[in-house]
Amino acid sequence: MAKKISILIVDDEESVRDSLFNWFIEDGYRVECAEHAKKALTLLESDQFDIILADIKMPGMDGLEMLRRIKSINAEAIVIIMTAFATVDTAVKALKDGAYDYVTKPFDPDDLTHLIRNATKQIALEDENDNLKKKVNILENVEDLIGNSEAMKDLFREVESVAQTSASVIISGESGTGKELVARAIHANSTRRFFPFVSVHCGALTESLLESELFGHEKGAFTGAMYNRKGRFEMADSGSIFLDEIATISSKMQIELLRVLESKTFVRVGGNKEISSDFRVICATNKDLKGMVQKGTFREDLYYRLNVVNIHIPPLRDRISDIPLLVDYFINKYCTSMNKPPASIDASALKRLQEFNYPGNIRELENMIERAIVVGDGKRITLKDLPLEKTIVNNSTESLDDFEKAFIQQILQKYSWNISRAAKALKVDRVTLYHKIRKYDLKPLDQ
Amino acid sequence: MNLPTITLVTFGFFEQDFLEQIARVVQIEFDYPVNLREGRIDLGEFYDPARRQYNGNSILKFVDSMSFPDSIKTLGIFNVDLFIPILTYIFGQAFLKGNSGIASIYRLNNERYGLPANSELLLDRSKKEVIHELGHTFGLIHCENPICVMHSSTYLEDVDQKKMQLCHHCHEKLSEFGKNTNQVKE
Repeated sequence: MAKKISILIVDDEESVRDSLFNWFIEDGYRVECAEHAKKALTLLESDQFDIILADIKMPGMDGLEMLRRIKSINAEAIVIIMTAFATVDTAVKALKDGAYDYVTKPFDPDDLTHLIRNATKQIALEDENDNLKKKVNILENVEDLIGNSEAMKDLFREVESVAQTSASVIISGESGTGKELVARAIHANSTRRFFPFVSVHCGALTESLLESELFGHEKGAFTGAMYNRKGRFEMADSGSIFLDEIATISSKMQIELLRVLESKTFVRVGGNKEISSDFRVICATNKDLKGMVQKGTFREDLYYRLNVVNIHIPPLRDRISDIPLLVDYFINKYCTSMNKPPASIDASALKRLQEFNYPGNIRELENMIERAIVVGDGKRITLKDLPLEKTIVNNSTESLDDFEKAFIQQILQKYSWNISRAAKALKVDRVTLYHKIRKYDLKPLDQ
Repeated sequence: MNLPTITLVTFGFFEQDFLEQIARVVQIEFDYPVNLREGRIDLGEFYDPARRQYNGNSILKFVDSMSFPDSIKTLGIFNVDLFIPILTYIFGQAFLKGNSGIASIYRLNNERYGLPANSELLLDRSKKEVIHELGHTFGLIHCENPICVMHSSTYLEDVDQKKMQLCHHCHEKLSEFGKNTNQVKE
């Protein structure tokens, strides 16, 4: 429902206040009146008004002085100045001081209606804009990065403090830990958030393609360059550029990149005009960059230029307490995208997920949940919906006995405790399998 | 106890048939019996020589001070050019959820705009203005529906565009106010 617009009328003439009061009240606005500027300012301390209609000539503080004071308290306030003695000078002065509009008394009823209608439209647009900005922030901040563990809380704190600066960042972590999401969160929390976030996967491009991708090219620079093309650095002007898999770039590109980072200027491939761009660099890698510097495969000067801040994302196996939260998030995400009612997960299935090693980290967990929702009954995710058989599960497996126990349990689960089929798969006879079940006290997990 | 009524008080000369037709539509729209009365005042008291118009605020206060037995709402009908200090002119005004309102047919007449006289159009416009101002006294605010009689109209074109009746939404609101009014009376 649209909010009720409130109007404050400030005029020393009672008849003017009454007239405007009656006029606006019939339009359904909330209306208050003040006979002088001092009273208006007192009212504004305790109440909020969307539109303030103020006479310019009042005893004591005049309308222009009041306008300046209102603007110092609330720069967004919509103040309309009214006067019976119109001069160009005062009109210009009022508008320069931030008045929304300036009208001469008496005005046509239609002018007044249009004036207020335009002001209410502006208020509605500003409100809508604020709400959308909030929604964008919520999307970036809350929905993408999930975790309640101490490691993740530390990460959130780091992201928040780094976002406030324009320093270069290297995000390190194993594949699938969410390095790009962290980069997006840094961008979304920074003052650059309303400008582009440009992502480049350096590992996927050859040296010449990467060069053209980053710096752009001029028409005819090489075979197939039919048009002028902006590079990613140019596109990221005022925003952030995310260079994924930075460790894969060639030594030539390392030199080029260093030069761009130092001067924030570059030339398009085949061009001769220097272009400048104000971007923030966020890099990601799953390699040991420092080790590469020691081995001489990554330039030391570039490493220090990029590594102003280093954020490390822990692998999923080091923060298993986040798994239930992540599982819930992915179930909701995929049930919503597949138009299915929200599913639940069996305790035994969740327990198994928490025991898994996750070499592919969160990406692997996400794929498992997506698959379980596709192949499952859509109501409840059970052990048999999870593709865990191929990997020897428990990362706490230390002895050969533990290994054997886990493997037999896994095969039994796979064949739904059909002893003959499980024995056949294990290439042992049924008696041996019964013996092992007794030895390890094995039981069906989902019972 | 007699039934509550709406009183239309005229100031100046109006054809009886013209007034009776207005009274009829008011009665249909608000479902209250309507009394027609003649008011006598010296309008000179409300004349502003600088603007050559009549002060609507003062006239409304005067009408509000009149009392008629069993009347729940009183509307003054005039044929003079009304203004309020902040605006160049008004067609009428009323106390929102109050007891009284005023309407003038002065600016509803085609001849004011150099057009040929049209008595039917004048009657239609007058009915709409009277119902509109009475609607305010029952607590109705301006309606966004352009054909509802409670739609704000600052030009004659707006008045001509709207119908003589309340829209469904305003009717529902009026019924709620009506119930409240009756409850108070009981």
